[in-house]
Amino acid sequence: MTAILKIENLVKRFGGLVATDNVSLEVMPGEIHALIGPNGAGKSTLINQLCGELQPNEGAIHLAGRDITHLPVPARVDLGLGRTFQITSLLDEMTVRENIGMAVQVREGGNFRIWDALRKRRAIWDETDRLLAGGQLADRADVAVADLSHGEKKQLELLVAMAMQPRLLLLDEPMAGLGHLESQQMIGMLRDISKEAAILLVEHDMEAVFALADRISVLVYGRIIAQGSVDEIRNDPAVREAYLGAEDELC
Amino acid sequence: MNSRILAAVLLILLAALPFIAQATGQSALLSLASRILIYGMAATSLNFVLGYGGMVSFGHAAFFGIGGYVVGILYHHADTETLFWGFIPGTTQMLITLPAAILVSGAFAAAIGALSLRTGGVQFIMITLAFAQMLFFLFVSLKTYGGEDGIIVRRTNELPFLNTRDRAVMYWVVLAITVAFALGLRRLTKSSFGTVISGIRQNERRMAALGIPAYRYKLFAFILSGMGAGLAGALMVNVLRFASPDMMHWTKSGELMIMVILGGVGTLVGPFLGAAALLSLESVLASWSEHWPLAMGLILLVVVLGTRGGLMALVTRLTGGRK
Repeated sequence: MTAILKIENLVKRFGGLVATDNVSLEVMPGEIHALIGPNGAGKSTLINQLCGELQPNEGAIHLAGRDITHLPVPARVDLGLGRTFQITSLLDEMTVRENIGMAVQVREGGNFRIWDALRKRRAIWDETDRLLAGGQLADRADVAVADLSHGEKKQLELLVAMAMQPRLLLLDEPMAGLGHLESQQMIGMLRDISKEAAILLVEHDMEAVFALADRISVLVYGRIIAQGSVDEIRNDPAVREAYLGAEDELC
Repeated sequence: MNSRILAAVLLILLAALPFIAQATGQSALLSLASRILIYGMAATSLNFVLGYGGMVSFGHAAFFGIGGYVVGILYHHADTETLFWGFIPGTTQMLITLPAAILVSGAFAAAIGALSLRTGGVQFIMITLAFAQMLFFLFVSLKTYGGEDGIIVRRTNELPFLNTRDRAVMYWVVLAITVAFALGLRRLTKSSFGTVISGIRQNERRMAALGIPAYRYKLFAFILSGMGAGLAGALMVNVLRFASPDMMHWTKSGELMIMVILGGVGTLVGPFLGAAALLSLESVLASWSEHWPLAMGLILLVVVLGTRGGLMALVTRLTGGRK
């Protein structure tokens, strides 16, 4: 089985700082691969290189066998890459339904049509309503994004990403800032989604990571110091030293 | 529903204006109304990129002027029976000059937009301004077409079955085109493309993450907007019977922008209100005092600060209607 995402010896430098230090990792189809690491480990820098907002200095990124290292963001999306933002980034003036509709519309195409009526493109709105139905946001469909709570925005980010039907989903801290109940709901949503797309999950919430991940990579100072199953990572002394130990002291 | 009745009443009043002007002996009213409609179209075109697309173009007078000069230059060659560039004959047929003006200003918008849209923010404002000023000086230097004096168009473009030399007829032509233009623009803003453009204004990064390469969408919007401004310019030359480089001077770009901001950014009717307010004030104040720009400035300040959203926001609040 070939990897859906394959990162080879990726290096990113900001001046003298090596933010991504020779990182290699793979995400297999159907897998949830978690990327953990203390603050400032370079997780977001890595995500931004994967989605195309940052260019790496060295190394290569392959998506489903294609080299995407130098492709711009939209071209990567066309090849099946979806993402959510750590700090939610949505269309604030539009409603929940319109935000999801936009994702469906972009995927369906016909976006240069100047003489149609978007409201009458049934296929788009049928699919949007299907995505909304039964979810937490079903009865918030016509609320403007600016009026949503933080947790609802996080959920909407995920729904929008799903509407794109990606093959690989990059999730940048989907649990950040959520309460306990909301986190539990989010874990449920992610579990459902993992049936449809491979996931690279960047997350601080250890409980969530251990509940969801098939494999974990640990990033410290831009370098991957350990890779393995949940149990292997839990019992890895270097990881405990660099990450979990420090976290325990903080709590 | 309320706003539809309002629009219908307004439309009937506008259609009856030539009779009203004749009955009250206010012949200047007709020319003022024509100018308001035409500037309204130009401002609305600017508003499509500025209000819906988030691109602050400070050079839209360029397209307004290009549209005007297409009419002027075609008239000049028809009048002197010469050929433009050695192979294009002149014409005074409106059914040819208006589409030609739209196409040529669209082509200019494509060239200027393709370069300007590689920048953003303040650079975009400055570079569009620079391009417009380049065109202004180009036309000032074209002695064949009157240089800074411009071209006097002695005969308004002709339409089959209509006597466009009659000012009232010409006004109705302008009104009909304005209505079609406004309805078309309303459709555009609700189309698939219009929604994407609005999304890009709200959050370009989000749209990229959805798979939208913003550049080509913005360029297309810029071209459409340039075409609209060009159409307005072509009509203006028909009404004023005069095309001059002043049409593309940067102060004209500024005036269009004031109309948009005064009327309401990102609204369909706002720029028309802005044009009406600006041009009526100008003609009223100018008859009172030669220092009228001072009074105008104060009024603009009060409206913009006081309404937060322009005249359109004020109207919405007064009628209690929804946005």
